[in-house]
Amino acid sequence: MLSRVADSLYWMSRYVERAEHTTRLLDVNLNLMLDESATSADHRWLRMLHALGKPKSAEWTGDPYALTQSLIFDKGNKASILSYIISARENSRHVREQISTEQWHLLNSLYLKVTRPELPGGSYAESVMAGSEQPTEFLQQVMEGVHQFQGVSDSTMSHGEGWQFIQVGRYIERASATALLLEAYHEDLWSLNEHVAEGTEYLEWMGLLRSATAFEAYCKVYTADLTPDRIFEFLLLDEEFPHSLRFSIDSLQRALEAIDNESGKSRAEPLRRLAGRLQATLSYSSVEEIVSGDVIAYLRGIQIECYAIHEAIYNLYIDYSVQAALAG
Amino acid sequence: MEGASISAILKTPMQPAQTRQFERAALKNYLLDQAYDEMFAGPEDLHPHYQSLLEHFASLPEDELRRRKQAADLSFLNQGITFTVYGREEGTEQIFPYDPIPRIITAAEWATVERGLTQRITALNLFLKDIYNEGRILKEGIVPREIVYSCKHFRRQMVGLQVPRNVYVAVCGTDLIRMQNGEFVVLEDNLRVPSGVSYMLTNRRVMKRIFPQLFRMYNPRPIEQYTQLLLSTLRSLAPEGRPDPNIVLLSPGVFNSAYFEHAFLARQMGIELVEGRDLATHDNVIYMRTTSGLRRVDVIYRRVDDDFIDPMAFRKDSILGVAGLFNAYRAGNVTLANAFGTGVADDKALYAYVPSIIKYYLSEEPILQNVKTYLLTEPKSRQHVLQNLDKLVVKAVGESGGYGMLIGPQSTKAQREEFAQKIQADPRNYIAQPTISFSRAPCLIGDELEPRHVDLRPYILYGDKVNIVPGGLTRVALKQGSLVVNSSQGGGSKDTWVLNQ
Repeated sequence: MLSRVADSLYWMSRYVERAEHTTRLLDVNLNLMLDESATSADHRWLRMLHALGKPKSAEWTGDPYALTQSLIFDKGNKASILSYIISARENSRHVREQISTEQWHLLNSLYLKVTRPELPGGSYAESVMAGSEQPTEFLQQVMEGVHQFQGVSDSTMSHGEGWQFIQVGRYIERASATALLLEAYHEDLWSLNEHVAEGTEYLEWMGLLRSATAFEAYCKVYTADLTPDRIFEFLLLDEEFPHSLRFSIDSLQRALEAIDNESGKSRAEPLRRLAGRLQATLSYSSVEEIVSGDVIAYLRGIQIECYAIHEAIYNLYIDYSVQAALAG
Repeated sequence: MEGASISAILKTPMQPAQTRQFERAALKNYLLDQAYDEMFAGPEDLHPHYQSLLEHFASLPEDELRRRKQAADLSFLNQGITFTVYGREEGTEQIFPYDPIPRIITAAEWATVERGLTQRITALNLFLKDIYNEGRILKEGIVPREIVYSCKHFRRQMVGLQVPRNVYVAVCGTDLIRMQNGEFVVLEDNLRVPSGVSYMLTNRRVMKRIFPQLFRMYNPRPIEQYTQLLLSTLRSLAPEGRPDPNIVLLSPGVFNSAYFEHAFLARQMGIELVEGRDLATHDNVIYMRTTSGLRRVDVIYRRVDDDFIDPMAFRKDSILGVAGLFNAYRAGNVTLANAFGTGVADDKALYAYVPSIIKYYLSEEPILQNVKTYLLTEPKSRQHVLQNLDKLVVKAVGESGGYGMLIGPQSTKAQREEFAQKIQADPRNYIAQPTISFSRAPCLIGDELEPRHVDLRPYILYGDKVNIVPGGLTRVALKQGSLVVNSSQGGGSKDTWVLNQ
């Protein structure tokens, strides 16, 4: 497969995942706003921006609706859902021959929904954009569109090298996002630990779980008793939940192995080592160990390793030097 | 898509073309003028090969044609058969307008065209080899040196270079038009990167689906083998010692107006569609970057112009090309189709010399004639042209796509004066031709048939042998009275049927 094609598939997938994550965080925080809270509105929105990686183009000015509007529709804002969808669609357009018609069709209609609300059926989106309607339902529609795209990708595209690059993009993005989310919530999570969560604290923690679509899945494992170390354990180390860090890294590792087998590259060692080590740490750690140490440093470490994996993928498959490749 | 033709609006009264058999509402606006009509030989006189077509359409219910056309449009849209209009905002992807009435060419007519095109491409390839090597034709004064050396598409870098099989032009699209007497003549040769072949193939597919009965009735000669022929042409040009060559199609990328065609051809041939950034050069060998490492490239079917293809050899500001490609080509490690510098042979001033070129290399009379062309570097011709600007068409030699043109009969005095100045300032840059009234073919307009001006672009492949799929792309000026067939300016296309006999 051409390196450029792999690159486009990888970024298409990352942008779709990023759009989903941003959508969900906005949805959760708009929802939290409806309830009274122990933490101030300022604190919450700043925390959300932290979880989104503190994008330079979005600033908290005290108006949640202005912020939401900018994070959804602002084309000039590189961190907006609109920009992510445009980027994902642009990447898919470059590899139109490599993806299925269904994938293209879904991504294209999602793109038309957010960029051209004047089209039939878009009147609701139009009024959201004009600020006369609440965006919650709109966010729901975007989320559904993204989910459909992911489902269609899995069921209509051959699970060959191209599909594996889509998996790599999705899970590396998800792993970094989950680590960043935990980092943003870290302070609140443990400062509230002194007393049993009730009322407003409970809502905050629920918000954290819901930011990773984890609330229901958590309850199935631990019941609805929310405690910080369990939340932490679940989002970090659960083996079966698709948004947990461990699950993401396991999936990433599987996809990388599949690509490795197919491409038969001889220089794959650095990438194998990086991904394998991260997977092993997550598979054999206990939450007690982690929380007794420097949690922030631990979470940052994971993000750094994700970035290193990204670099290694680039060095190996996409942006390798001609000399190195000719040497073997 | 390049190439546009203009004919005069003739002032003769229009005559309704009603025949006794076909006094149908659908033909009430079918007016004939002095241009050759593809369907009617005269007001009462149908060309025999259009008989079955008209009868078939007469048997269909009133709005059936339009219904089928709509089905075809939908099919184009669903398949995403679009061309890009430049400018990056939304809505830049448009479907290619097309007409569902086939244009029919008889076996005898085609036989002449085929022989003529074969002769022409053979001579032009010999010419290119000659001017980039010993230059006999220049020494003998058959073609003046200035015409060749002053052409901006002449590539000094190509001088003395050995080209595989001496094939400079492997893929050619020649624009033909029909004169009033029904004779096909050459309007221009496209020897650089001719486009439009995907529309020819797609038109055929759609026609088969919407008019299966008519198709069986006429049984036109197939064209679907084109992509396979193109592939074997490219394979035959591979550098020596590369028995299983890696062939790629080099596209400028997704923002190019013909990107659909690039993707279409690559998919149909089963070869990789690459962009400049996918290729790397090392030791004069071209590689493409794949996830499993570098893979050597042997033949490049390039759809990028000379100017942009190698920033080291040609335009330095190009980001579409591959640095070092020309050197790899020069070293014989990669073949490009078409070669560099072929544009010198489709220069509009050189065009006037093509009949002499054919006679010189092949000792044959040209089978397909040229349109009369005045070279403005000759004082006598220039004088004549300047005095008759209102009757002539003036074209800039390096331009295509209908740019840089003056259509005498439709021009204003100010425009004519502007062109007179331009011609005197730079006579080499312009040629003049008589206003040509090219032929018209029936097209579906609403529920009726009306004649529209058409040209014909057959695609010629030249590798180890010459291959021309029967027919080509018939381009139509869909607006009434319009003479511009470019897709960007309201032109469309239609399927072209070459009959078995």
